[in-house]
Amino acid sequence: MDKLLKILSENSAYTTAQLALMLNEPEDYIKAQIKEYEDSGVIRGYQAMVNWDSVPDAGVMAIIELKVTPQKEKGFDEIAEKVMMFDEVSSVYLMAGGYDLALVVKGDTIQDVSAFVAKKLSALEGIVSTATHFMLKRYKEGSVALVDVEEPTDGREMIV
Amino acid sequence: MDYSSKINDSIKSVKPSGIRKFFDIVNEMDNVISLSIGEPDFKTPWHIRKAGIDSLEMGRTWYTPNRGFAQLREEISNYMKRKCNLTYSADSEVVVTVGGSEAIDIAIRCLVGKGDEVLIPQPSFVCYEPLTIMAQATPVIIETKMENNFRLTVDDIKDKLTENTKLLILPFPNNPTGAIMEKKDLEAIAKLVEEHDLMVLSDEIYSELTYGGKNHISFASIEGMKERTIVINGFSKSYAMTGWRLGFACGPKEIVEMMTKLHQFCIMSAPTTAQYAAIEALKNGDDDIAYMRDQYDMRRRLVVGSLNKMGLTCFEPEGAFYCFPCIKSTGLTSEEFCTKLLHAKHVALVPGSAFGECGEGYVRLSYSYSLKHLKKALTLIEEFLKEL
Ligand SMILES: Cc1ncc(COP(=O)(O)O)c(C=O)c1O
Repeated sequence: MDKLLKILSENSAYTTAQLALMLNEPEDYIKAQIKEYEDSGVIRGYQAMVNWDSVPDAGVMAIIELKVTPQKEKGFDEIAEKVMMFDEVSSVYLMAGGYDLALVVKGDTIQDVSAFVAKKLSALEGIVSTATHFMLKRYKEGSVALVDVEEPTDGREMIV
Repeated sequence: MDYSSKINDSIKSVKPSGIRKFFDIVNEMDNVISLSIGEPDFKTPWHIRKAGIDSLEMGRTWYTPNRGFAQLREEISNYMKRKCNLTYSADSEVVVTVGGSEAIDIAIRCLVGKGDEVLIPQPSFVCYEPLTIMAQATPVIIETKMENNFRLTVDDIKDKLTENTKLLILPFPNNPTGAIMEKKDLEAIAKLVEEHDLMVLSDEIYSELTYGGKNHISFASIEGMKERTIVINGFSKSYAMTGWRLGFACGPKEIVEMMTKLHQFCIMSAPTTAQYAAIEALKNGDDDIAYMRDQYDMRRRLVVGSLNKMGLTCFEPEGAFYCFPCIKSTGLTSEEFCTKLLHAKHVALVPGSAFGECGEGYVRLSYSYSLKHLKKALTLIEEFLKEL
């Protein structure tokens, strides 16, 4: 895998000067490379990794399993594209296995999410069934630990 | 009771480690961002740990043969062939020890005694001088210099040779400077070693950690030097196995024989579980080494480049996982620099003077830390320098 992408996907807060040092490339090259990734859509954006569990009133999250009837021409894409248009939906994945689409949905309250599923989602043509799972606690997201576990270096005590 | 009269004079004359005092302060502070640790931050790769666990589950908890398991010595012999093109007999020219540390100790004790002089380049790892003193021999310090990229030169050695010089320590790749020796540097020294009939203890514990396409060259692989060299290596740094306590020495069979005799009486045999794990490491660990080296290299470039930009001149380290910036421009001693940095920004480095007097004017910074940790520490060091 491209090393630049790997580094940025773990932490996008490096300066291009730092990236240039780490990758042993000229800074201009790094800048051009990042621009190319952005222009071609490989890099779609940059976000802070927020631990919403530690933010008061941050709302609730649910994972929703969807079984759907694939459409004639576009298969699962058509319905997936409709589902992703809802602001409540933060992630959509096509799955192999027991169901077809997995969604991550956010709302202010459990009632909000329930209402979204009952009124908006289920109303879409082609939805066969839904199963909603509310999240209770986040431990790790995007390779980042959200609970304070001991850093792997913490056990080291010898200096020299 | 007056214990002083009960204690051996040699151990009394060994100076306590210079960094004790400094790290007593560090240990009392909270939220210290340390760049002082001299061991890998990686955990031992899983398949290697698993081999150790499996051996425990099978109840293989007995002593091993004094020299170490035959299969492990066989793998070490293969390793030396594969990496350095050196042929050592697994039966008679390899001994498995409790870390490189024990190998250094027993090699020095088997080679020198009263009246002998041991040449020790500094700045360097802290054990050679005390172990020489404990062997009743006399340490003779050679200072390596930044203008020579902290390499050891023939001229440096020549000044210190006497008719009593018997052993030369070659600590490369070097802790704390990150210096390495290239073939031409070693060849020049080989000539001198031959002329003066010296033996050499080559501490090659960081042999797997060299950067910029410069592969490690073992001193024993220089023509004529195999018969004069004890090569020390181990699993601590290359396979991230510090806590397993396993190392080895390779050398002429007459000397390895004596080392094994000493080892047999003071240690019996190196840790059994660790030996099982080490067999797996040598057989299937080359990819792990490559991965970790790559990670260290990325950190190395970030740290060295950033320090130089801040105005702390830093010689480009080509081995191990340390850099050794010069702090003379700040007008502070290494200990003052480290103490101030600690109090002002809670960042802990090691004063260069801990690695010999000639380390004064430098600090050691270990980059055996995550990029995130290094980035945070570098920002704080930069702030500190601006506020000085
Ligand atoms: C240069 C050098 N040699 C030897 C050792 C000892 O390593 P071990 O006894 O873990 O093999 C160290 C450890 O820091 C070192 O830096």
